Amino acid sequence: MTESLFNIPFLAIAALIGISFYIIITQRNLIKLVMGIVILESAVNFFLVSLGYRSGGATPIYTNAPEKLMVLPVPQALTLTSIVIGVSVTALMLSMIILIYRHNDNIDAEKSRRLKG
Amino acid sequence: MSKIVRTITNLFTPFILMFGLYVIIHGHITPGGGFQGGAVFASGIALLIVAFNSKKVQKYLKEHHLSVIESSGALMFIGLAFAGFATTFFFNVLVGSPIFGQIPPDGSNPGFIWTAGVIPLMNIAVGLKVIAGLSAIVLVMALSSSNVRIEE
Amino acid sequence: MRKIATISSLIIVVILFVACALLLHPFGQPPADMDDYIINNAQGETGANNVVSSVVFDYRGYDTLGEATILFTAVTAVVMLFRAKKEETV
Repeated sequence: MTESLFNIPFLAIAALIGISFYIIITQRNLIKLVMGIVILESAVNFFLVSLGYRSGGATPIYTNAPEKLMVLPVPQALTLTSIVIGVSVTALMLSMIILIYRHNDNIDAEKSRRLKG
Repeated sequence: MSKIVRTITNLFTPFILMFGLYVIIHGHITPGGGFQGGAVFASGIALLIVAFNSKKVQKYLKEHHLSVIESSGALMFIGLAFAGFATTFFFNVLVGSPIFGQIPPDGSNPGFIWTAGVIPLMNIAVGLKVIAGLSAIVLVMALSSSNVRIEE
Repeated sequence: MRKIATISSLIIVVILFVACALLLHPFGQPPADMDDYIINNAQGETGANNVVSSVVFDYRGYDTLGEATILFTAVTAVVMLFRAKKEETV
């Protein structure tokens, strides 16, 4: 059943990356820009996990395991690190947006460009 | 927030925090571990901050105590990494010794808790670090929009 | 002029990504030499039932040390950004 899927998850990842690039290039509101970056990080995590799927495999945990054919465990470990890095970068970006709003009174990417005194 | 939200928060918060601690401690038998359980615990604290005023939560949960918890979690993690330094850097030195050192039978089995060497202690260290870190981020961001000066 | 350059470059990037997605391995059969060794030997060498936990903390513990450092640095930076200004004492 899964042999006739013809790499559909990888095509979905390509569509998500295209959507997030469009959002990052053309939006002017800073909060929408942060949403585009978060979509890009989610697409990359999804790609890492879907690289390690084996047809008919079970969860890689030996407690009451149904069979010994298991999904690959190493991409799941790399995705764990990537999720934590994404959370840290998002927290820092949102804190800087709060400080920009306190200083300028509007959040527009075109207006907060020059260094004021 | 309204009275319905405050009543449901009073009912549900102990269960959320207890479930987060369960996911941290059983990290070597069931799916989960340090990072996942720490995120569940920190979202329970975020529920408290949203339902009640953040100034009331800051009376019980100062940033100074959170900083001490996070630093002790990081030091415990590095200390466990150096414990097996006679062989190599991250050596699992407690497999075979009577404290945490049983080896489970081969293949499928119901889980045993006192197995897996250094790994449950590392789960607890990373869990403390993630709990203190994410709670500090949410608390500081909520306090900054209510005109309170953050002390040293 | 700016809109034409934006849309044409986006279309070229998406076509390149779709071509890479069609050239990867078929979806259910990954090449797996290292993971077969880890699945067969993780219970005997580390003694843990959870293979992902033993990969994160035992076979690749150095990456977890780097990730803990990143989390610590990010929390320090966020708390530093929201600090109130002290009065200058001359």
